[in-house]
Amino acid sequence: MQEITRDILLERAEALLADGTVDRVLGWKKGEFAYDVTPAVFTTADELRAEFVWNDFCGANFSKYLIKETAKKDTKVLVFLKSCDTYSFNQLLTEHRFDREKVYVIGVPCNGMLDPKKVKDKAESVLSVTDNGTEVAIETLYDGIVTVARDELLPDRCLNCKSKKHVAYDELLGTEGDVVANARFDEVARLEAMTPDERFAFWQNELSRCIRCNACRDVCPACTCEKCVFDNPNSGVDNKAPANEFEEKMFHIIRAFHVAGRCTDCGECSRVCPQSIPLHLLNRKFIKDIDEFYGEYQAGAEAGSRAPIVNYDLNDLEASEAVERGNE
Amino acid sequence: MQRIGVFVCHCGTNIAGTVDVKAVAEALKSEPGVVISTEYQYMCSQAGQDLIKAAIAEHKLTGIVVCSCSPRMHEATFRKTAAAAGLNPYMVEIANIREQCSWVHKEMTIGTEKAIILGKAAIAKVNLNAPLTPGESPVTKRALVIGGGIAGIQTALDIADAGFPVDIVETKPTIGGKMAQLDKTFPTLDCAACILTPKMVDVAQNENIRIFSYSEVTEVGGFVGNFEVTIKKKARYVKEDLCTGCGLCTEKCPQKKVPNEFNLGMDNRRAIYIPFAQAVPKVATIDPDYCTMLKTGKCGVCSKVCTAKAIDYQAKDEFITEKYGAIVVATGFNPISMDKFDEYAYSQSPDVITSLELERLMNAAGPTGGTLLRPSDREHPHTIVLVQCVGSRCAACAEKGKEYCSKICCMYTAKHAMLIRDKYPDTEVYVFYIDVRTPGKNFDEFYRRAVEEYGVHYVKGMVGKVTPEGKKLKVQASDLIANKQLHIDADLVVLAAAIEPDKSARPLATMLTASMDTNDFFTEAHPKLRPVESPTAGVFLSGACQGPKDIPETVSQAGAAASKVIGLLCKDKLTGNPCVAHSDELMCNGCSTCANVCPYGAISYIDKEFRMPDRTTKIRRVASVNEAVCQGCGACTVACMSGAMDLKGFLNKQIMAEVDAICK
Amino acid sequence: MQVKEYKPLIVAFCCNWCSYAGADLAGNNRLNYPADVKIIRVPCSCRVNPMFILRAFQRGADGVIICGCHPGDCHYTSGNYYTRRRMALLFSMLDYLGIERERTRVEWVSAAEGAKFAATMNDFAEKVASLGENKRLEDLRCKK
Repeated sequence: MQEITRDILLERAEALLADGTVDRVLGWKKGEFAYDVTPAVFTTADELRAEFVWNDFCGANFSKYLIKETAKKDTKVLVFLKSCDTYSFNQLLTEHRFDREKVYVIGVPCNGMLDPKKVKDKAESVLSVTDNGTEVAIETLYDGIVTVARDELLPDRCLNCKSKKHVAYDELLGTEGDVVANARFDEVARLEAMTPDERFAFWQNELSRCIRCNACRDVCPACTCEKCVFDNPNSGVDNKAPANEFEEKMFHIIRAFHVAGRCTDCGECSRVCPQSIPLHLLNRKFIKDIDEFYGEYQAGAEAGSRAPIVNYDLNDLEASEAVERGNE
Repeated sequence: MQRIGVFVCHCGTNIAGTVDVKAVAEALKSEPGVVISTEYQYMCSQAGQDLIKAAIAEHKLTGIVVCSCSPRMHEATFRKTAAAAGLNPYMVEIANIREQCSWVHKEMTIGTEKAIILGKAAIAKVNLNAPLTPGESPVTKRALVIGGGIAGIQTALDIADAGFPVDIVETKPTIGGKMAQLDKTFPTLDCAACILTPKMVDVAQNENIRIFSYSEVTEVGGFVGNFEVTIKKKARYVKEDLCTGCGLCTEKCPQKKVPNEFNLGMDNRRAIYIPFAQAVPKVATIDPDYCTMLKTGKCGVCSKVCTAKAIDYQAKDEFITEKYGAIVVATGFNPISMDKFDEYAYSQSPDVITSLELERLMNAAGPTGGTLLRPSDREHPHTIVLVQCVGSRCAACAEKGKEYCSKICCMYTAKHAMLIRDKYPDTEVYVFYIDVRTPGKNFDEFYRRAVEEYGVHYVKGMVGKVTPEGKKLKVQASDLIANKQLHIDADLVVLAAAIEPDKSARPLATMLTASMDTNDFFTEAHPKLRPVESPTAGVFLSGACQGPKDIPETVSQAGAAASKVIGLLCKDKLTGNPCVAHSDELMCNGCSTCANVCPYGAISYIDKEFRMPDRTTKIRRVASVNEAVCQGCGACTVACMSGAMDLKGFLNKQIMAEVDAICK
Repeated sequence: MQVKEYKPLIVAFCCNWCSYAGADLAGNNRLNYPADVKIIRVPCSCRVNPMFILRAFQRGADGVIICGCHPGDCHYTSGNYYTRRRMALLFSMLDYLGIERERTRVEWVSAAEGAKFAATMNDFAEKVASLGENKRLEDLRCKK
């Protein structure tokens, strides 16, 4: 259950459409299943009333959609952003990927979005999902109502939420939160503590499931290149289907490196991965290393900040020391 | 498809001794694109070069690979050879089979095998080479010098002497800088004004030099040879062309209580003032913070007394935009603030002064007319303590001092000690030091004279505390050599304050995209080999803005900077290095990541209209590399995620092709 | 019975101004190092894209070393500082994926350090050889 109800969002969206502040609304609409919510653009109040959805499955980060939605002249789009989304929003502003003037941001508080995969693990043939804030009642076709503690249905990114604070908005609904303490690097540290052979086996197992569907790339708010190197026959690393284990690794290492220092740790990559590969653990490794080697840096916390990977200090540690340190 | 010629050099037995050159030439024949592969005794000889030229003509070659010594040795030679035969010089690649093969391996089979692989890598690269042409840009034959101290003055004079017009921009109402405030100069003890003011007059009279005093640079655009600079001429409320510098207004102005910054606030001046008698330009300036007329509209005395009708209370800041081919930064230094050094009681007692304040107290044109008197009671001091390294070499107290050595303090402290003892033999002068550093011509002799002839008490150790007590200053110090504590009742304590770059330097560096170190000193293009150039092409460094230095060093660096400027301005156009970065606009995200890592500020962004497949147009921000400024390091190419940024001559696909050829 | 000695394949990226000149000096002084080391000249160590390194491993390289000017001596003032950060992060990531850390190295070699260049290459080649063939980061299709 979210602090702000659908009605409030709807009311604000209708009002902003009516007074001409915006001409479109970027929101969610219902998909095929109860846990299946999909991003949509609304242009009229009627459309909004009929299809607009705001519930526990509105996890999609809309920041990236703004690049396309602001491309047209003389338009302004309303977007609802959760606290974690606003970091991506700032990062894209830092990279000049869209015109801030063409966006009206409503910050929406979020107490975690449910993970459809976890819901499906707990119950089969889901008809509806109701959430009272601590427990979730899943109505199923055959097993009646299955009740599960809400925390059990949260994805890793929400369990380890880094911030309830909105770092960018035009208007904020509900109460402003804070940057929160989290244990998001614990899993990375657990992997670091393994032997190289164990780590290799772990990643071999995870990455070998990759089907190169590119969903992680396509959803990633940091992957907004006009032309991705993996689609460019001249880049030397283009490929579609993975022919063997190496290419999966190459793809994910390069992707993680390309977003290093720019990844806000929004967790969209892992959310959309159909193979449930914990891709965020690659990005978090870079974030953890950057924090440890060059001082704490949160991409997107501030629009216009300079990422450590495009900066330097005369007394930086050497690459060999980094490998040692990263392994401690 | 390229038509490639491969030329394997024996280099006598240098290569042929460990590499089977015939086998190499033979093996490379079947590589893609190769139409001729041959070997010869000495490819770099005239006969060898002729052989290459003939082959280029005969086989209509589009690219050549020379398997020979290091490209650092003969790449230029073979490029010229190619150009003479009508082939673009950048269609030449060298496989280094001497320094990196025949000379480091002993067995013929191993050497030959490696030479073939290196040859293959070079062929793979040249297959992807494209002819490159260096860009050209015109040069505006005018220089800008920012800062009118001795560094700026000397640079401007030298450039002007070579016949090029120069503009000096100085924030103060007069040029002269710190040197104008000094009394005597080491190691010759000649008076600063006597050697500086004639130079100031030279500047004023030089037809090639324009002085923008009381002005500052507010905007810099463009690049080497083509800078466009906006200069703000601050309103001085006196018409420069009418003012004769008679000084009548400065005597009649009723506002007498303005701290005189030229004498470091140790006396007062009027609200309308000329900083000192030999000021250039000798024009009065109204201080708007103190002028009653400007503040309340009631006064107008200066206007009434001015027979030249030069006073203009309505004056506004003026902005001038001018084009320059080169910019010299000569923003100089300032002593650091002593506010945080409570242990020396600088804020508590007027008799604790800085060395620069001492200069003014010793100067005949200073507040005491050149007689050394205590600021508090105007009495003659008998015991004087000079403290060196106040805030210099101060790693532990980084928040108030500086880590570096300020370099000039040892020498001027010796000078002060000597001058005081010379003029007032009844004084006792103590100097506290960490080390005495005197590397310079006649410097150590100078310091020895202070100790041996003038009887100055040099004490190795630092002053721990200065406590004002009655008319005295209780100085507590340690003598490290005698290993004891000293207690001195001093009349005057002089602090050799560390020096730091002028505060205007940091914003200026941003405007110029010139880099600075953590102390805000400008960085050189190379610390040893290019000491007067900034990494930003066309921006040069003169004087203490680059690091602490004394007058002789400043003047020689100023001359060096001038010679670099003259070398640049002599050219009608600049020919660049064609191996520069280039951005593919269709792939560029406009994200600014590349500009972040560019050490030269060569990348800017433009909004460009693109035709979309659906016939609409879309405006996108894309990177644009200024080829005249780019030096071709390639930092941007790796920062660029999409691969839009690539480096000509070292393209991504060329390097990948080399990797592939080696790993085959 | 004599077992054929395993020869590692090593790609060395050398910056034009310091390390490539250092390699030349090693040659001038006839200082030996294994022929398994093949040098690719780049203007600055900061030109080395992680993709080049992965490409080399993909194509069967057993070790990749990047050599540049010493920190503070970069011909382009700051290129090697970027290299240092990029490679620190990349190598740490490769290590995280279980790739043997001895397969990658960054070394600062000046134009005067011919001896250091040769010693570095000898040492690196020996370490890589002791690991054996690179099996964790290679593309089997590229092996013939």
